[in-house]
Amino acid sequence: MKEATTGPVRLTGQSEPAATGAAPRGPAVAIPKRGKRKTTGRAGFWAWLLLLPALAVYVGFVIVPMLMGLQYSFYDWNGVGVSTFVGAANYVEVLTNPVLLGSILNAFTLIVFFTIIPISVGLMLASLIRSMRQGPASSIAQTILFLPQIVPLAAAGIAWSWMYAQTGTVNQFLNAVGLGGITRSWLADYDTALPAVGLIGSWVLTGLCTVLLLTGIGKIDGALYEAVRLDGAGWWREFFTVTLPGLRQEIAVLATLTIIAALSSFDIIYTSTQGGPGRTTLVPGISIFRIGFTQSDVGLASAFGMVLMVLVLLVVLPIQRLSKVND
Amino acid sequence: MSSSLRRPGHRRPLAAVAFMAAAGISLAGCAPGSSAPAAESPDAAEVNTQLTSEEVTITIADETGFPVTEVLAEEFTKQHPNVTFEITRDTFQNLTANAPKLLAGDNPPDLIRLPTIGDTARDGLLANLDPYAEAYGWDAWPESQLSPLRMNDEGTRGSGPLYQVGLGYSVTGIFMNTAIAEELGIDAPPATMAEFEEDLATAKAAGEIPIMAGDKDGVVNFAIQAAMNQYADKDEFLSWMFNEEGSSYATEGTIQGAELIRTWADEGYFPSDINAIDYFTFVSRFSEGEGLFTFNGNWEAANYQKALGENVDFFLVPPIEEGDNHVAMGAANSFSVAADSDALDTTVYFLDWIHTDPAARQIITDVTGASPGGDPALEQPTVEEGSLIASALAMAAQIGEENGQVDFMSNTTAGIYAGSIIPESQLLVTSKITGEEFVTRVQEFYESEVGK
Repeated sequence: MKEATTGPVRLTGQSEPAATGAAPRGPAVAIPKRGKRKTTGRAGFWAWLLLLPALAVYVGFVIVPMLMGLQYSFYDWNGVGVSTFVGAANYVEVLTNPVLLGSILNAFTLIVFFTIIPISVGLMLASLIRSMRQGPASSIAQTILFLPQIVPLAAAGIAWSWMYAQTGTVNQFLNAVGLGGITRSWLADYDTALPAVGLIGSWVLTGLCTVLLLTGIGKIDGALYEAVRLDGAGWWREFFTVTLPGLRQEIAVLATLTIIAALSSFDIIYTSTQGGPGRTTLVPGISIFRIGFTQSDVGLASAFGMVLMVLVLLVVLPIQRLSKVND
Repeated sequence: MSSSLRRPGHRRPLAAVAFMAAAGISLAGCAPGSSAPAAESPDAAEVNTQLTSEEVTITIADETGFPVTEVLAEEFTKQHPNVTFEITRDTFQNLTANAPKLLAGDNPPDLIRLPTIGDTARDGLLANLDPYAEAYGWDAWPESQLSPLRMNDEGTRGSGPLYQVGLGYSVTGIFMNTAIAEELGIDAPPATMAEFEEDLATAKAAGEIPIMAGDKDGVVNFAIQAAMNQYADKDEFLSWMFNEEGSSYATEGTIQGAELIRTWADEGYFPSDINAIDYFTFVSRFSEGEGLFTFNGNWEAANYQKALGENVDFFLVPPIEEGDNHVAMGAANSFSVAADSDALDTTVYFLDWIHTDPAARQIITDVTGASPGGDPALEQPTVEEGSLIASALAMAAQIGEENGQVDFMSNTTAGIYAGSIIPESQLLVTSKITGEEFVTRVQEFYESEVGK
């Protein structure tokens, strides 16, 4: 932590240039020269002093509860009464109980809807909007796309569960376009419930992805676009040669955020299906809530929470690493 | 997470793991939670059945949508102006989830709606009401009313100290839309399960929904358990709900009941999108005249009457053989007093008053449609002749006489409803699993929860 005071200010660590030695192509981030190490002592003191309030809050509300969760995960405890140390039994339960494992699998399926779809659609929309002339049309498009983001997830879940109902908007639309044959109660059907819930997530997150990617595109040097166009590149070529590589950092950030949203999803599911029908949309968030607060098995809930955290890190850390290759 | 540029990050994860492990181990030294509670309960001689003349505020934590506490509180303050009330409300689910923490807090509510006792009694969070029961003479109440509210040291209900009383005692049955019934040529409530099934078939053939039900939130279990009640051995079933050691859900009777529901699902007796229908939706759909029958309880009697007027009937689920005793779910709208309540005497006085004061008993029936319970020798509330609430009270009395009341199986353990009964019943009412699978899976979950 000591180096934090003198190290260059960058979003993420690790600045080792890749072996290829290629010049940075991403958004230009100037790497400031490393400060002189000698000033560490005094500056360190002041920096620590200034960091103290934030650090105290972080330690008090994040680190300590996390360690408490870790501790609870080794106990059989109902949250109030006497606790018994049970070693790794709770972890064994999490990793062997088919219901809990099934909920993890569902969460991974949600990544398709929370991450892959919103980022792909966001990329398309962002490059389309970029090619629009700046003006009211493009701002209106941006605003409309971003709107779902301001709707609370819980409200989105409720609203969509009405639209997915037997007599809801979705089926009305399908009837209107002559697809009455496939109408069903989308959230009550065993095959469609999970995709239907996932699409609520896509609807919410696409706006965020589009707007963030659009900002990223804005930072790409216009000269690059000019250059490929002079070389005779079309829209696709331009997209893959300039836009996509230029947005690597943004995509990594979005993938990180949305994967976390998928794996720790709770509100959309809680307000739309509560895990049903059967257990087709059960996700770890719902399981942990039920085990911890309904069943009052705080130990098992904490262990599941820890496993979920490790899973999130296992998926997200490689993405962080990938985004830095060739920097 | 990241700060160092000086070193590649390879060692940091290791260091973090080591730190976490060290922290975990060091924390493991002191176990979370309190030590075993010191059991202390006042003797009958210590309890005071005289209402205090001091200013007292009773705090109540209740669920949303059940206004009866408010009306009772108002009436009590009118009679005893020195006692006022502070009522906080939360949804049933939130309240149930938070109840142990509320009770264990520094300033617990005096009176709390608590559907399942769970670990709260063993953790010493609830006041033992036995001394009061003795002092107030609650032994005149039917024991079937009180036994589900008792729990012994082993966590088994049905015996041991009294930890709860009911603000109204519910009874469940079948509501029938008599307008539809008349069209179908059904002129009386079915007297046996076989007759009931005939009526279902008649309705299906005529294009009516035979049973209006929903299972998004598990409420079809009123129907599932109603079927089980007729086949299962009542005492065996109850001992399982009370968590008696060695008891099991997996019996021939419960399997037969569950299997019957599956055949109803196959026959299309439920709405096709049953798993998308929640309680509110199926109640309002029945109120709007959809469906011949619906399984529900006295608490909807007033609403259905208002919506359907004369065209609705309410009766007990019929037995298998004509003339057999009826079995029906019913339970206290159970409230507990916090062990740490600073107005214990006054709160219990309030509870006794609810069971004995004529105005309070009338309020219970008027607002909830439930029987006020208490000493059967006391005068019953007055109700409109021929109304659904009158039927409900008559049904409650009949179940009392036939000793046919059973608890709701969703009250068996704290986690069984959301964790197992709801998801498995969703599979059962869409015929994805058999009755036997339903029962075995719920029993497995029960063992994992109770076995701990």
